[in-house]
Amino acid sequence: MADQVSAREAIEGPIPTLDPAEALARAREGKGYWKRVWESLKDDKVTIVVAIVLLLIFLAAIFAPLIATHDPSKGSIIGRLKGFGYKDHLLGTDETGRDMFSRLVFGARLSLISGVLPVIFALLIGGSLGIAAGYLRGRVNTVIMRSMDVLYAFPSILLAIAICGILGSGLENTLLALTITFIPPIVRVSETVTVQVRSLDFVDAARTSGASSASIMCRHVLNNVLGQILVYTTSLVSLSIILAAGLSFLGLGVTPPDAEWGLMLNNLRQAIWVNPTIAALPGVAIFITSMSFNLLSDGLRQAMDIRL
Amino acid sequence: MWRFIGRRLLYAVPILLGVSIIIFALVQLAPGDVTDILIPPEAPKEVADILRHKFGLDRPVYEQYFIWLGNLLQGDLGVSIFTNQPVGSELASALSNTLMLAIPAAFLGFTLGAVLGVLAAFFRGGWLDKLFSGIAIAGVSLPHYWVGIVLVAIFAVTLNVLPAQGMGPEDGDVWDSLRHLILPVITLSLIPMGVISRLVRASVLEILSQEFISALSAKGMARRRILFHIVKNAAPPTLAVMGLQFGYLLGGSILVETVYNWPGSGGLMNLAIFRRDVPVLSSTILVLAGIFVAINILVDVLQALIDPRLRR
Amino acid sequence: MTTPTQPAPTTAARAPLMTVADLRKHFPIKRNLLGRTLSAVQAVDDISFQVIKGETLGIVGESGCGKSTTARLLMRLIEPDAGVVTFDGNTVGGAHGVGVRDLYRDVQMVFQDSYASLNPRMPISMSIAYGPLSQGMNRKAAMAVAVKLLEQVGLNPVLYANRYPHELSGGQKQRVNIARALALRPRLVILDEAVSALDKSIEAQILNLLIDLKQEYDLTYVFISHDLNVIRFISDRVMVMYLGHIVEVGRVEDIYARPEHPYTKALLAAMPSMDPRKRTETAPITGDPPNPIDPPPGCRFRTRCPHAAQICEDRTPSLNDGAATGEGHLVACHMRDRRSGHPEARSSGASQ
Repeated sequence: MADQVSAREAIEGPIPTLDPAEALARAREGKGYWKRVWESLKDDKVTIVVAIVLLLIFLAAIFAPLIATHDPSKGSIIGRLKGFGYKDHLLGTDETGRDMFSRLVFGARLSLISGVLPVIFALLIGGSLGIAAGYLRGRVNTVIMRSMDVLYAFPSILLAIAICGILGSGLENTLLALTITFIPPIVRVSETVTVQVRSLDFVDAARTSGASSASIMCRHVLNNVLGQILVYTTSLVSLSIILAAGLSFLGLGVTPPDAEWGLMLNNLRQAIWVNPTIAALPGVAIFITSMSFNLLSDGLRQAMDIRL
Repeated sequence: MWRFIGRRLLYAVPILLGVSIIIFALVQLAPGDVTDILIPPEAPKEVADILRHKFGLDRPVYEQYFIWLGNLLQGDLGVSIFTNQPVGSELASALSNTLMLAIPAAFLGFTLGAVLGVLAAFFRGGWLDKLFSGIAIAGVSLPHYWVGIVLVAIFAVTLNVLPAQGMGPEDGDVWDSLRHLILPVITLSLIPMGVISRLVRASVLEILSQEFISALSAKGMARRRILFHIVKNAAPPTLAVMGLQFGYLLGGSILVETVYNWPGSGGLMNLAIFRRDVPVLSSTILVLAGIFVAINILVDVLQALIDPRLRR
Repeated sequence: MTTPTQPAPTTAARAPLMTVADLRKHFPIKRNLLGRTLSAVQAVDDISFQVIKGETLGIVGESGCGKSTTARLLMRLIEPDAGVVTFDGNTVGGAHGVGVRDLYRDVQMVFQDSYASLNPRMPISMSIAYGPLSQGMNRKAAMAVAVKLLEQVGLNPVLYANRYPHELSGGQKQRVNIARALALRPRLVILDEAVSALDKSIEAQILNLLIDLKQEYDLTYVFISHDLNVIRFISDRVMVMYLGHIVEVGRVEDIYARPEHPYTKALLAAMPSMDPRKRTETAPITGDPPNPIDPPPGCRFRTRCPHAAQICEDRTPSLNDGAATGEGHLVACHMRDRRSGHPEARSSGASQ
């Protein structure tokens, strides 16, 4: 059959064909959806600014020992709560005389870790659960979604407080608490989006190829739901940072003498009466980081809203 | 309709059971137990054992759970390890204090949020829209407890016009009590305001883009009446979120209450955490979660009332 | 790794390639607390028919008659509630029957070009190659199949292989759909409203392509559509469905020239005439189609049938009641069954 010349070819001449290996290569580098999202993102000025800000914050955290001007745990009795520029303290000193700038820079590490890591874990766990629940439906869906309902009975802060408050403070418990707090909403969003995608014809078409459910979920469903899941998840990062700092603020998260923005806020509460500007500084850091993630998420959503 | 309500109520039962199991499991997993708090570590083992027996800690786990659950269902929320007072009464007064904050904050946050959202939608693209949207994003990105601190710094420390903490003296006059409310309420209303205004803006924009609005306008309907139609369509999801936000306000007020030393349910939890007063902590969390579940059911029912499509 | 070997066809020409017996699918809407179904959409209700090897069987009916559900049941995308389907003499599904994965090597489906019949995030060559890949071919061989098929359906692979669906027109997307269906070298292809979303000129091109491919690959088609003209053009036999039942089945010439069932007559009469001398004066069919949820007992069409009688309510007519009117022309109507007791019952074959 392959040797027969079709009627079309007889009339129009041989149809130029494509070497399969080359076709494979072309398929891989084609202007896919993600490429277009990337290009759209690059054009958005707000997103670029925000991305740079976040990059700087991350770099500051990573290279904290190199950037910090002083030892973040070394205090001084006389140099407490001094303003900007006192001696060589760029941003003043805190309530035990430690350099604010250095503590902020080192604090970025713990704040970012406790903010970003739980969201990543929750995305991996919750995303898989949600996609599975949405695609496989039936009993799998019921078991997963009903379990999430139980977790949903807690307002987010309350769940985190329950875990940290009862189990104890510390970084591990904070990470655990925040991960568990964020899994239910991610599961819910993933499931909703997956259910929508599953009703589309191409999923049925994929099923008629005889592929396994796992293969279909990975190769067909995932690419179509990832966008919306990511948009939602990035918006959670800002909340996570605020919550993590909040937990430390309550004494449930990171413990002294570690530097962490929420903890610093708590320690500086009484300093409000003496030097309000210094007392407010850690909050500024939280605000900038959180806002940047929010704007990044918005930018991502806009970029993904490309009309196909 | 009643079947719907009945189903939702019935469904709440396993959820609450699940919540109680989670809390109980957490308590079991916690390091140490009651004896560490009450008696010094050097005390002889027999004393610790007697204490454990008194609290029923030597029984098998599931037995402890059912005893605890049984007590709960009879309204016994346990006794504070620290004060030896029943948790129930402490919690009740604490909750009423929290409500004093939550209700005005909800009102403020929702109305301001809705107004900002509608205005932003109508002036879409203009500077007004960008300003309001900016405020909304800021509202969601700000750690509200920090804003509380900043407000205290400005109004209490620098300007000295408003009190920095607490509820004010018990026998103080109304105006004094109100002054104590202002800052905490504003602080608490920030997050709902941010969330609602973003939601309303998006909802109104989506409705405006739908064809039936153009149809109504083409028929010559006055703008005010079109607004009414828009509100009717935007209402259900917005109400749902409002309900949830109110639940968050009740359950998540701990941070603001810590900043202002407000003796509400959050303050109670704070104290319990500090003292490792497990009965108080676990009962408070349980009650707050229960209230949140109740609010969720209420919201579902209200939504189904408004939008018949939702009655499953 | 080569294509998996097809079982040697055991079906001689003119023998049924696929048989369907008492196929049923009800979609529950309301359940009581214990899970028992209180009301359901009776989408497909105990239908039986055959697909002859080498033919094009057209299935026609209005929206909601169950034709799309039938297609998905045949493809096992939905599990039937009851009934037996055989392909090539082997039962499909069940404990000892042919598995779904094997079925898909013989039976494939072309979907309507709706919003997303192709994965928007996948280049079309990959969409086509996915079938062979899933059945065990290596990537290069699967891509070779895809490239060849793109040529077959008239899309230059050099230009189109790494395009995305949104870069293609409706007609081009349908060509890709057809290519995908053929990637596993099926013997039976089910086409569910395959040309319904296309402009008329494109529709003609695609129909011709389908006819060419059918000849080239020795295929059997089940063609589902609501468009009577298309069905007439492409089908060898036609099956008319109404509310989950088959009301008439027969050769295309017989159905169009001598329709027996009142519904078929009304359908054909309702086609706007191209001849200005033959204008439609009165509405050939009245009333609304009854609710597919809990339909009325007896003949489903009786609420709109000008010839309805008591027997029509008492007993549901079945396809085998009416005496055959021509070679394989079956009707499910009491009027065609002399023994039914219908006042107008007579042996079929009389002109109308």
